[in-house]
Amino acid sequence: MTQPFPFSAIVGQDEMKRAMVLTAIDPSIGGVLVFGDRGTGKSTAVRALAALLPPIIAVKGCPVNSEAVALVPDWADSAGKSTHQIPTPVVDLPLGVSEDRVTGALDIERALTRGEKAFQPGLLARANRGYLYIDEVNLLEDHIVDLLLDVAQSGENVVEREGMSIRHPARFVLVGSGNPEEGELRPQLLDRFGLSVDVTSPTDIEERVEVIRRRDAYENDNAAFMLRWQAEDAAIRDRILTARKALRDLKTPESTLRDVAELCVALGSDGLRGELTLLKAARAYAAWRDDTALTRGHVRDVAAMALRHRLRRDPLDEAGSGVRVGRVVEDVLG
Amino acid sequence: MRRAAACGLDASWKMSLDKPADTAWHRGALAAALLAVDPRGLGGLTLRARASPVRDAFCKAFAHFPHPMNRLHPSASDETLFGAMDLSATLAAGEIVKTAGLLDRSQTLILTMAERTSPQLAARLALALDGPDAPCLIALDEGAEPDESLLDSLKDRLAFSIDLTDSSRSSIVACEWDIEGARARLESVDTPQTTPASIVEVCTTLGISGARAPLFALRAARALAALEEHTSVLDSDVETACALTLAHRATRLPEPLSEDAAPPPEPSGSDNNETHAAGMELPQELLLEAVRALIPDGLLDRIAAGKSRAARGSGTGARKRGSLRGRPLPSRPGKPGGNARVDIVATLRTAAPWQTIRAAARPDHHGLHLRPDDIRIKHYEDRADRLLIFAVDASGSSALARLAEAKGAVELMLAQAYARRDHVALIAFRGTTAEILLPPTRSLVQTKRRLSALPGGGGTPLAAGLKATLSLADQALRKGMTPTLALLTDGRANIALDGTANRGEAAADALQMAAALRGAGLDSIVIDTGRRPERSLELLAGALGGAYIPMPRADAARMADAVTARLET
Repeated sequence: MTQPFPFSAIVGQDEMKRAMVLTAIDPSIGGVLVFGDRGTGKSTAVRALAALLPPIIAVKGCPVNSEAVALVPDWADSAGKSTHQIPTPVVDLPLGVSEDRVTGALDIERALTRGEKAFQPGLLARANRGYLYIDEVNLLEDHIVDLLLDVAQSGENVVEREGMSIRHPARFVLVGSGNPEEGELRPQLLDRFGLSVDVTSPTDIEERVEVIRRRDAYENDNAAFMLRWQAEDAAIRDRILTARKALRDLKTPESTLRDVAELCVALGSDGLRGELTLLKAARAYAAWRDDTALTRGHVRDVAAMALRHRLRRDPLDEAGSGVRVGRVVEDVLG
Repeated sequence: MRRAAACGLDASWKMSLDKPADTAWHRGALAAALLAVDPRGLGGLTLRARASPVRDAFCKAFAHFPHPMNRLHPSASDETLFGAMDLSATLAAGEIVKTAGLLDRSQTLILTMAERTSPQLAARLALALDGPDAPCLIALDEGAEPDESLLDSLKDRLAFSIDLTDSSRSSIVACEWDIEGARARLESVDTPQTTPASIVEVCTTLGISGARAPLFALRAARALAALEEHTSVLDSDVETACALTLAHRATRLPEPLSEDAAPPPEPSGSDNNETHAAGMELPQELLLEAVRALIPDGLLDRIAAGKSRAARGSGTGARKRGSLRGRPLPSRPGKPGGNARVDIVATLRTAAPWQTIRAAARPDHHGLHLRPDDIRIKHYEDRADRLLIFAVDASGSSALARLAEAKGAVELMLAQAYARRDHVALIAFRGTTAEILLPPTRSLVQTKRRLSALPGGGGTPLAAGLKATLSLADQALRKGMTPTLALLTDGRANIALDGTANRGEAAADALQMAAALRGAGLDSIVIDTGRRPERSLELLAGALGGAYIPMPRADAARMADAVTARLET
């Protein structure tokens, strides 16, 4: 299998890359939504991120990637007794996927051939402790969105169907991408994404030429190209690991908490999820920058991506919400 | 439409004088050859043509494509694409029998009737095309109307777009290329350092965003160089490649060249003998000119008219039954396969009472005894998307203040449509014609923008407005949506359907169109925005079979509430 395009080789799109790195540092931030034109590297970045993430320890053969043997759900009869290292799972959720495939369902083959009642885990099980990626998320069918909302909220998948009663952990980072021209996203689902970024095609000629050059090199001279970027990807991976450790000792001054709260009040964002995400994102960003304390500057840099999709939406407002956040940040933080 | 076709004919005739081989056919054949040389890199092509001898002749070129080659139709299910358990065979054999999916066992996929591809199928194919073992996709687009075509998300991933609609049998020329040899040479073709830069610059000038287009152009140039046995990519290769891959993606026209500029180069061709020094910066004008010559007529109009088809999730609308999604209904006997989903529990329940008898009849068979007629299929009830069509009278008689009020009401209704997740479309009629300001969309921002830009003045071509509504509603019905009309007018129709100012005829025409709309099964509401209730509008509402809401002092909020109340029932 060919390796995905290296993350460090993606030209520009700094905000998107930053948002993805932040969720890698602190998965509890809750995922990234990438909205933008076709062919701007949305999917490329998500797949690249998968290769970049540090591996996780999981029980061999466990359908929900449990960390320890004690945590393997009782219905999983295929799980082994030892653990091994696996890459962080990144699971694709295609459009038009059926409910059974998402939540898991009765294993038809075993039911028919052996007459056994067994559970066949779905995509949510596979995505546990990893990433769930939905391309064209704004075209997703409503009934699938409802399912995801529930699971993303509770971190647990409950299957009550076909005479089965199964529950298993399903904690994943939701990554969505889409083209806003093709349809809008339901506000409820929007809210489940921690960060949101808008990507556009680069307008700078040099940058665009560089995109083409690198992509071309990736395809025609794969081995040399991967070798060239491997070191840089490894550097980012190390930095993510360092930042994860640093996150624990990071100090959060009282004044920054106040800043965060004031900002959210001024923006009138619904609920407290905005504050929490902003704080987490700012802390992850500070850890990434190798700073020892959280400052106003960190908050300012991540405010747009943490809050732009949480504003009480006036459906007829034309100005981009990123602009609105920018204005309020200027007002509140000076 | 007719004028555009004539122009196209004219242009190809002129070209054929300059260069006998350069027709749509020839370009198409060249594109197919390039694709055969580098099927993985170029993704595929979309071929727009009705089933015809020309298309059949063209499809012969696909013989060079990597095998196995399979056909795919737009309603292909997941089982067809990705493979699944073959239920009948499994039951017969008593062990699991799986079928391989088309994506697993095809190198080349031919998608027939590509214009009917659903966003869901397009998304899966797009995923496959982005993946490591991408198939080469040939989309046969048989769309008759300009707005019937392959979805943009898929088109963007295919390098070429060929239109053979206007080609006749006489344009068929047998083209012979050394595909195998070219494929072998492809690896060793050099690319000058400056080539990517010049391609990107052309893309920028043509308003093409995204990185796929320039990559396709680059790969096509390389494949062309291999085909023509050049050791490195020449300027002429880049020129032809740009023309083939970029013309249909242009979103704006480059500034026309001044008269004294260098004469436009020969757009393309295998017999182009002049070779520029490799590595020399290619003049942008030449590249642009090559692309510009091929930008199809009306492309920009189509872009302005609305970029993409709106999303199709489920909203609220009429009920429709299917076997795919929605609220479950009791399952029924049926055959598995296709889009049908087997209801395992019901199937087992049906088979259960017979187990003893069947076991006695076949003592050698262990396990469950299932017969094909035990199989139960799931059924669901779903609601179709609703489309709210606003037909707004922007004539002079709907004096400006009232037009503003009508706009206000539409805005309020839009906000409510947003809450109900309806699609909306906007038609305005004034002067002598009606205009579709906004094709069905869910984007309220766009709707509002178009609405606020709506000018007023002129006659009241009520019949024309209704006619435009009818054709829009017709399209929506065919797409499975449920259209509803909200007509805002003061009802003084004074322009007949043929554009003449004749009050009597105008009223008669309007009534006739109203009857046609009613015949199409459209729900409608007529909102009288005039100062006094208009008797003729009440008649019109009667002909439409819809409600008549007089708003002598039209108040936006009241109007919106009335419409909503009406729609909720």
